[in-house]
Amino acid sequence: MSKSSIDPDLRFEVEDLYAEYADVLDTEQFERWPELFTDDAFYDVIPRENYERDMPLAIMRCESRAMMQDRVRAIRETLMFEPRYIRHLISSIRIRPEGDGMVSVTANYAVLETLMDEMTKVLNAGRYVDKLVREDGELRFKEKRCVYDSSVVPNSLVYPV
Amino acid sequence: MTATATDNKMDRRWPEAGVHHVPYWIYTDAEIYQREMERIFCGKSWNYVALAAEVPNPGDYKRSWVGDRPVVVTRDQDGEINVFVNRCAHRGVQFCKHNYGNTKDFICPYHQWTYDLKGDLIGVPLRRGIKKKGGMPDDFKREEHGLDVLKVHNHNGAIFATFDHDTESYEDFLGETIYGFMDRIFDGRELKILGNSRQLIPSNWKLMFENLKDPYHATLLHVFLISFGLFRGDMKSASVMDESGRHAALVNRRGEQKANEGTTEMTRMKEDYLLADPRLIQPEKEYDGDVTVIMQTLWPNLIMQQQSNSLAMRHIIPRGPENFELAWTFFGYADDDEEMDNRRLRQANLMGPAGLVSIDDSEVLKMSQDSIAFYPEKDGLYEMGGRGTEDHDHIVTETAIRAFYKVYREVMGL
Repeated sequence: MSKSSIDPDLRFEVEDLYAEYADVLDTEQFERWPELFTDDAFYDVIPRENYERDMPLAIMRCESRAMMQDRVRAIRETLMFEPRYIRHLISSIRIRPEGDGMVSVTANYAVLETLMDEMTKVLNAGRYVDKLVREDGELRFKEKRCVYDSSVVPNSLVYPV
Repeated sequence: MTATATDNKMDRRWPEAGVHHVPYWIYTDAEIYQREMERIFCGKSWNYVALAAEVPNPGDYKRSWVGDRPVVVTRDQDGEINVFVNRCAHRGVQFCKHNYGNTKDFICPYHQWTYDLKGDLIGVPLRRGIKKKGGMPDDFKREEHGLDVLKVHNHNGAIFATFDHDTESYEDFLGETIYGFMDRIFDGRELKILGNSRQLIPSNWKLMFENLKDPYHATLLHVFLISFGLFRGDMKSASVMDESGRHAALVNRRGEQKANEGTTEMTRMKEDYLLADPRLIQPEKEYDGDVTVIMQTLWPNLIMQQQSNSLAMRHIIPRGPENFELAWTFFGYADDDEEMDNRRLRQANLMGPAGLVSIDDSEVLKMSQDSIAFYPEKDGLYEMGGRGTEDHDHIVTETAIRAFYKVYREVMGL
């Protein structure tokens, strides 16, 4: 791909969105997480093995922004879990403008998790396979699929990836 | 059975009180763990290994485990399912490393010993040596060195295997009641695999099994279940077992999201909890009768989950005394329409490594192990619903755990 094929403004805008995404989750501003998606967005966290074998089962699956809000409310109010920190590392952001304003993006990610008595570990590593659209002037996720390599999840995956 | 069985060579004695006291050393002791692998998993038990729909075509295979021992599940050219050890008969290499695939044979990478889909040894390179030098002894017989093959039972698509070829029949092993529950799900319809997920929970495998024999916690810990009436103590329910007590089923019916005199002590219940997208838990009736949940625990390590439209096999794979893997296989039926597929996939949000219900369990199991590992001399107390091991028509009971440990002590000689 020629280096001039991506508009630099678009690249910066996409990178800003991913930085915002990581920050919102890592600083536990979970209520802001669904706001980065369109109303009808699809979000899932799916083992790479299922993804590659065309099996739809995800460990987290939201078919709307409202389902993401329900997930956030569960984190805040109903789920019982040990205290933890997470930290997103996102790199190799690859941007492909499609027609009609849609932007396809893939990026590598690693989510580190720190429990209070333990060393920091890799909770989940994989690849985002995303579709972005512009809504009210802002880029938002229309689809975000977190396809993870780390097939055996270390205990629980509580926060979104 | 006695509390101090003669074959107990270890310096371990079950508490005098009986099965309503469970000593914490059974969750940490390496010798106990080894004995469990030998007597429970490799003994006279039918172990869940796969769904037949995971290996639909001749040549298909899947890696699995019996206890912590690696096995391979194959479908051979005759369409039959085979289960054999994933351990080369020569030098013990785990020769199959792909979780799924299709092949005509298995070739060990070390010295290329080759096995067919039934586990028979079909090739030993340089068996006759090179230029008449070396090679295997003249009396070496290939047919005597196949892989250890397990006996297999296919219950309408659910595959079980046993190392001990003298194990009683699968039907006798389950008993009529539990067989009936299994047959309710595995009724002969073709299955459709939706996918797998795996998690490693840092606790002893038995704590997971206990968790699914313990309806008492479900009606207190799991806000999602009790608030939406998916499993709740005030509903008509039961904790039932086979005659031996080694298998159990928790049976429940869906209730309304409304408090009543039976829910007053369920302080985590949220009567006004509304989902922003209620599609998450909109179930569709699909089985006869009014029962909406049956969670089965089949000795030694299978949890068969039917919660509303969410069907899953939870295979507990011990990974040493203080860890186990929980391998989930979610499925439906081949004739499900798209709407039903989506319903099952949505409801899967409640279960699995990120489940809105099951996170509570994986977290609390770790918290159990985090503490009991340091108090091997202490006991857990299991007196809810009395001290006996009979069936109960309610869920305020730990009877199925006591029954499990009654059988456990017999098999383990503790």
